[in-house]
Amino acid sequence: MKIAVVRFPGSNCDADALAAAAASGADAYYVWHRSTDLAGADFVVLPGGFSYGDYLRPGAIARFSPVMRAVASHAAAGRPVLGICNGFQILCEAQLLPGALVRNGGLSFVCRPVRVRVETDATPFTARYRVGQQLTMPVAHGDGRYVADDATLDRLEREEQVVFRYVGGNPNGAMRDIAGITNEGRNVVGLMPHPERASEALLGSSDGAAMFALAAAAAVA
Amino acid sequence: MRFRARVRVMPRPSILDPQGQAVAHALGELGFAGVAGVRVGRTVELELEAASADAARQGALRMCERLLANPVTEDFALDAVEAQP
Repeated sequence: MKIAVVRFPGSNCDADALAAAAASGADAYYVWHRSTDLAGADFVVLPGGFSYGDYLRPGAIARFSPVMRAVASHAAAGRPVLGICNGFQILCEAQLLPGALVRNGGLSFVCRPVRVRVETDATPFTARYRVGQQLTMPVAHGDGRYVADDATLDRLEREEQVVFRYVGGNPNGAMRDIAGITNEGRNVVGLMPHPERASEALLGSSDGAAMFALAAAAAVA
Repeated sequence: MRFRARVRVMPRPSILDPQGQAVAHALGELGFAGVAGVRVGRTVELELEAASADAARQGALRMCERLLANPVTEDFALDAVEAQP
């Protein structure tokens, strides 16, 4: 399993994502955002951070980085893409996922562990979890409030594209408590919480580790 | 010719605007009465080389659609396209 962690100027969870990916036993490596290919990656991670300083809108400029054409092709081929926090914002800006992430309802930056419920196990990243299982992972964001129009939200619910939902408190005012979603092909997942910061017991939770340990079959699905 | 285009990007009315709410609250705290609502957006000024004002306007609109505004959450308006000396 080859896992590419894309680095944008301003990414700051890239090292953590790489460590979590490597701990799953994968061949994990960085790809710079100016690169036009992913070096044969099976699975691509867009890590958290503040690409381009969140100028204009989070992810708005990063989505036009050269590497994003390769990420879009990878996604179109049905291969797995995981966007964490800023990575989720970039995937929405790139229209690889529907909706958008806007300023937190309470305006303040939230940085604390949250609980989310796994709403579907039918994605490569949640295949090792049970539907209904609750995970504890940290969030750290100022712009994490998921929004979309009602028709999109209804479609996400109906097609079981909501992957994670906040339980026991919604940290940012996200519509319908949405913490993570997938695309129609179910191979692209974005989430605001940080699984890489919950990837071993020493960090306070290892609930996120399985998100990096994809079944080999998922990579070629 | 050089033109200056001013683009106004505002959060959709259907999207909660916590920045606007916070400003409205602060204005109330400062004793300003009669503030029924506040919304906070952004203005982008573009300096454009174009053959005509219309070409500058068309270019600015395409920039709004592609990058300057997010069609999911924001509306945009082209407020002015002025020839520059």
